[in-house]
Amino acid sequence: MAVLLDKHTRLIVQGLTGREGTFHAKAAAAYGTLVVGGVTPGKGGTTHEGWPIFNSVHDAIRETGADATVIFVPPPFAADAIMEAADAEIPLAVCITEGIPTTDMLKALTFMEGRRTRLIGPNCPGIITAGQGKAGIIPGHICREGRIGIVSKSGTLTYEAIHQLSKQGMGQTTCIGIGGDPLIGTSFIDALRLFGADADTEAVIMIGEIGGTAEQEAAAFIAEEFRKPVVGFIAGQTAPAGRRMGHAGAIIAGGQGTAAEKMDALAKAGVHVARSPADMGLKMKEALGR
Amino acid sequence: MKIHEYQAKSVLARFGVPVPRGEVAFTSAEAVDAAKRLGGQVAVVKAQIHAGGRGKGGGVKIARSIQEVEQLAKQIIGMTLVTHQTGPEGKKVGRVLIEEGLDIDRELYLSILIDRATASPVIIASAAGGMDIEEVAAKEPEKILREHINPGTGIAAFQGRKLAFGMGLSGAAASKLVKLLDAIYRAFIETDSSMIEINPLILTKGGDLLALDAKVSFDDNALYRHPDLKELRDISEEDPLEVEASKFSLNYIRLDGNIGCMVNGAGLAMATMDIIKLAGGEPANFLDVGGGANAEQIKNAFRILMADKNVKAVLINIFGGILRCDVLAQGVIAAVTELGVPVPIVVRMEGTNVEEGKKMLRESGLSFTTADSMGEAAEKVVALAGKR
Repeated sequence: MAVLLDKHTRLIVQGLTGREGTFHAKAAAAYGTLVVGGVTPGKGGTTHEGWPIFNSVHDAIRETGADATVIFVPPPFAADAIMEAADAEIPLAVCITEGIPTTDMLKALTFMEGRRTRLIGPNCPGIITAGQGKAGIIPGHICREGRIGIVSKSGTLTYEAIHQLSKQGMGQTTCIGIGGDPLIGTSFIDALRLFGADADTEAVIMIGEIGGTAEQEAAAFIAEEFRKPVVGFIAGQTAPAGRRMGHAGAIIAGGQGTAAEKMDALAKAGVHVARSPADMGLKMKEALGR
Repeated sequence: MKIHEYQAKSVLARFGVPVPRGEVAFTSAEAVDAAKRLGGQVAVVKAQIHAGGRGKGGGVKIARSIQEVEQLAKQIIGMTLVTHQTGPEGKKVGRVLIEEGLDIDRELYLSILIDRATASPVIIASAAGGMDIEEVAAKEPEKILREHINPGTGIAAFQGRKLAFGMGLSGAAASKLVKLLDAIYRAFIETDSSMIEINPLILTKGGDLLALDAKVSFDDNALYRHPDLKELRDISEEDPLEVEASKFSLNYIRLDGNIGCMVNGAGLAMATMDIIKLAGGEPANFLDVGGGANAEQIKNAFRILMADKNVKAVLINIFGGILRCDVLAQGVIAAVTELGVPVPIVVRMEGTNVEEGKKMLRESGLSFTTADSMGEAAEKVVALAGKR
């Protein structure tokens, strides 16, 4: 089962003809993903690395039956690509692009209201369902099939969590990178809901960061209605206030959004909080009583 | 990107936000000229630095004569101003704003930023202006008004009225606030600001509303489409090493500790700082080399890292996804060979092509300490830094 994406998902790549798009389309196909085509406005009707290219997402869906898209479009055009995907009503859009202006995302998210497309990201590593397929940049070879779901604001920290799980002999269902920007499509709570309803997912690792209050909101949700074990880690325990730590969202503003605050909220909600990023796998073992 | 108060006011004025008359001065002679042009009985001399709390730190003074303007400008330009936002080392003042004095009846508070939870801009307003708004929020939260703006429609007139009446304004002053809010909202959206804060917004005895202070910061990701705003950057306000790092698309932030870190990915970089601290050490920096760094970027990252003289040991923590471990190893070996890094280096690599990367480090003839996990790497680097 897993969530969002499986071996039947038909994936298109917006920006397939670019360097990044090409590289990751090949990697996704090599992992077993059904990559069915690409979208590059102006190059419709051509082929690239054997894949048909279309001028629009509408065309691509009509011709290939795609039900998911991954977006590798440069920042100035990425929000437009998201809106185009939503307008074509594709069920899943995963935006990898980093550095999209906030006002562009404001428009895109407003545009998406009432439309059926689920957005993952932007500024995220995307999603991977172990052994089945991926939309994004998470390296396939580090994943093992198993029963743990991962939801994370951070890319490489997700890889770290996957690696630690594998070392403890635990595999994954789906890993979802939701992105580190202030404005994102799918939230921690959305992802937890999906994992909650997925029979294959036994427990979840949730990786947060300083900045904002998404982790506190997730904590409240977990306390109220999430019944599976959750291991949590928050990056940025030592980050100074007022400085942006790489991700546009990772900034502590006026005592708001500190790691301590978030860890505390998660612990109170019954989450097994790992203080050290090296202990995520170990904590999961403990949480499952193994 | 942060800008100075005088720049913020000129940007806001372009959108029709009323601001006091004033001019920037880099020398006391310029300050005198500016004061003469302003005329009037009273002028205010305000230090321009990228930090708040300037008044309490002695950076804002009232002058009642041209002589006093000169004297105060001499005193403030070149001083090191320490405020609660500058850190104990303070910031050197390079320029002052000379502004007309005004008769203040009331001080209000106004700001606009993005609310992540609702994915919309939110205006925050209060009748309790002129003081630390976080303190007001903590002690008297009922005095803080919040109005979410629908990005599709922009600010509606009724929302402006709601805020005006909520702030205790009426009649002409309320109408002026509605207009001013509209101008600020447009400025926020059209300049791609991440925040605009006006504290205080004043009501003069004559019934005018003006932005007496203004803080504006811009979304770095949108600067490419605002070449005019990009010009407002004052790199003397930034750490020289951070400026250098930005030239190579490296994300570097200098901190106080002695363990230099080089990591790929912002989350893992923050987590690496955290684990160093848990192991009893102090990180010297945050450094994210990004997902797709090449050997040349790795070399520059090393150079910048080592330019911080506090660094006693280095921890490299890379989880190779797109960035391959062999490429990293190649960059590190080149950097160490060329720059002659005089401190111990602990390397922890995992992921794509890790065996190849490890082999390259082993066969380089250089002395690296290796570690198999983040925890082990942190303990080793803390021990090595402690010995020096």
